[in-house]
Amino acid sequence: MTKKHILSILVDNEPGVLSRIAGLFSGRGYNIESLCVAETVELNVSRITMVTKGDSMILEQIKKQLNKLINVIKVADLTDQEFVERELVLLKVNAKTENRAEILRVTDIFRGQVVDVGLEHFTISITGDADKVNAILSLLKPFGIREIARTGSIAMFRENHAK
Amino acid sequence: MSKLSGAQILLRMLKEEGVDTIFGYPGGVVLDIYDELARTDLRHILVRHEQGAVHAADAYARTTGNVGVCLVTSGPGATNTVTGIATAYMDSIPIVVFTGQVPTKLIGNDAFQEVDIVGITRPCTKHNYLVKDVRDLAKTIKEAFHIARSGRPGPVLVDLPKDVSIGKTTFKLPDDVQLRSYNPTYVPNRKQLKKAMDLIQKAEKPLIFSGGGVILSRAHKELTELACANQIPVTSTLMGLGGFPGNESLWMGMPGMHGTYRANMAISECDLMIAVGVRFDDRVTGKTDEFAPKAKIVQIDIDPTSIQKNVQVHVPVVGDCKISLELLNQMISQNNDMKNFATAHDEWLDRIENWKLTTPLAYEQKDVIKPQFVIEKLFELTKGEAIITTEVGQNQMWAAQYYHFNEPGRFISSGGLGTMGFGLPAAVGAQVAAPDKLVVDIAGDGSIQMNIQEMATAVQYNLPVKIVILNNGFLGMVRQWQQLFYDKCYSSTKFQHTPDFVKLAEAYGAVGLRATKPGEVEKVLKEGLACNKAVIMDFVVEPEECVYPMVPAGAPISNMLLV
Ligand SMILES: Cc1ncc(C[n+]2csc(CCOP(=O)(O)OP(=O)(O)O)c2C)c(N)n1
Repeated sequence: MTKKHILSILVDNEPGVLSRIAGLFSGRGYNIESLCVAETVELNVSRITMVTKGDSMILEQIKKQLNKLINVIKVADLTDQEFVERELVLLKVNAKTENRAEILRVTDIFRGQVVDVGLEHFTISITGDADKVNAILSLLKPFGIREIARTGSIAMFRENHAK
Repeated sequence: MSKLSGAQILLRMLKEEGVDTIFGYPGGVVLDIYDELARTDLRHILVRHEQGAVHAADAYARTTGNVGVCLVTSGPGATNTVTGIATAYMDSIPIVVFTGQVPTKLIGNDAFQEVDIVGITRPCTKHNYLVKDVRDLAKTIKEAFHIARSGRPGPVLVDLPKDVSIGKTTFKLPDDVQLRSYNPTYVPNRKQLKKAMDLIQKAEKPLIFSGGGVILSRAHKELTELACANQIPVTSTLMGLGGFPGNESLWMGMPGMHGTYRANMAISECDLMIAVGVRFDDRVTGKTDEFAPKAKIVQIDIDPTSIQKNVQVHVPVVGDCKISLELLNQMISQNNDMKNFATAHDEWLDRIENWKLTTPLAYEQKDVIKPQFVIEKLFELTKGEAIITTEVGQNQMWAAQYYHFNEPGRFISSGGLGTMGFGLPAAVGAQVAAPDKLVVDIAGDGSIQMNIQEMATAVQYNLPVKIVILNNGFLGMVRQWQQLFYDKCYSSTKFQHTPDFVKLAEAYGAVGLRATKPGEVEKVLKEGLACNKAVIMDFVVEPEECVYPMVPAGAPISNMLLV
């Protein structure tokens, strides 16, 4: 059964590492839904958080193949245990006078922030897990979303379950 | 402390790694390295094409078990190595390829003979490096050799910009390699081995299926012990030939698309498969759902990605083949319940023997030379002691079927990639590695023309390689598929023109011989094999012979077309 998995991958922070990982996925026909890379507190180590999909045999291969890359230090499948997930989304939504109050209300309910205002638009920032992000998107869609930028998920094990 | 240039560091590190021979081809950005090379005792074999350098280094590694090394220039020199690197990658052969690169300042500017070879070879190397600072060079070379030879071996490429070979730095021998992200598992988990033994104990129709991993870890003695002590029949993939003696009664021959009847039937009937150092390639499994359908599968491999990739495995054992088999043999010998195992499945062995008797490998003798007959004669005359390299196609399959191998490192063939043009440069590399051995390239008239230029290398270095061309005037294996599956539409598989191989040999300064009738085969082979020079033997064979048995692609392997 195909399932969404969030992988947290620690890698050497070196040129070409991302391309090794992206190449592995494209070369073997694995799926990347989102990918987020940034430095960690440890010098020369970056964390890649990746959302991917596949059945259990494919996921096992993905994890093994990632581990096989020389620059990959550790691969954890967060979906195995309890974890927290966040994504940051910036969206520019049409905001005519008659809709402004409603848009602000929705933004408020989802604890979003208006970060830029124009005569005809709001730019809103939202953080949350995939469900929350999808929910606010569907509520704002009728007003006309002009542009959207998403970071992709980042995630961590909850501490009491962490190994 | 005195300072060394990058070129000097490279040569010094090669010495540290125990390298005495490299295969290469010079060019602009590696001039400084070649200049230094002239002042060392490192042996450089000047090939005639960079692809040849990589295949030769690959075969050198397969013959000696050490890492093979190549040195080439940037741009076209580097891209010419790609087929060789991919070949070594698919067959897990330890080689290190040094490519020149334009100076670091010019990288990214489309400089003359610049190519992103690190980018190009990323998917077909175990790992690769671009060295940007001469101070990193020694450590990088040490890592490259470590990665190439450890774990599941493979090719590593090191790209050396010209300014890095010229730049100077204080040389210090690097410490042992410590990579926290790379620690192959050699010693298997004992619990898994115990589970494996429990399965073996219950088996009534056990079978060993071994592959290239046994050759790479030189686990042939341990494998032979496991098989012989417990009377378990053995079949090996193309890459595994020589891992179990081909003259043993437990030997069943190769399985798969052109496997023997008994090997394929035994796989289809067995209730336990002990898979050692194999990756369940589609040429072996045919339709995976119906591969070993009745068997519990134990799989031993150093590379976890090879396990559970194509077929469902019941007991995975991650570890080195040699160490794992050694431990398993120990466990079995200490287990009282295994005492009677060896004699408990005679019926199974009889059945396999019967398959062999009723449906052996066979071909029809006629008054034209049969290619199989040439290989049989070659086997007979060399007593099975030659190092055989092959090209790709029918010649390769007949070599695997009719020559029998008793030791690892005797059969050198491009298994995973199926690279035509591999055999001749491989013969060059094997002969350099084993100057006193008889080295024979079994070739087709198509493949041999893909790297024929290496005849000049063989002659220049007095390498007495023997080339046996099974000359059928066709791209035989492709023609066979057209005959069987495309209504005999021989689209672009017939050569309208082929050079005279005898004259060609002579033009290269080698010896050329030809046989056109069955009666001449033995004489030509004897004369060619006895010659102390490079020889091409051109056997004009039956043009439309097919390799049998044959399992159509994607069919279950019990579904064989026989002669
Ligand atoms: C470089 C390369 N190109 C194409 C092929 C596809 N191919 C596989 S076997 C074969 C025919 C080989 O012909 P020949 O060398 O004459 O050997 P034969 O099969 O006749 O023994 C071809 C073209 C290949 N394996 N490698």
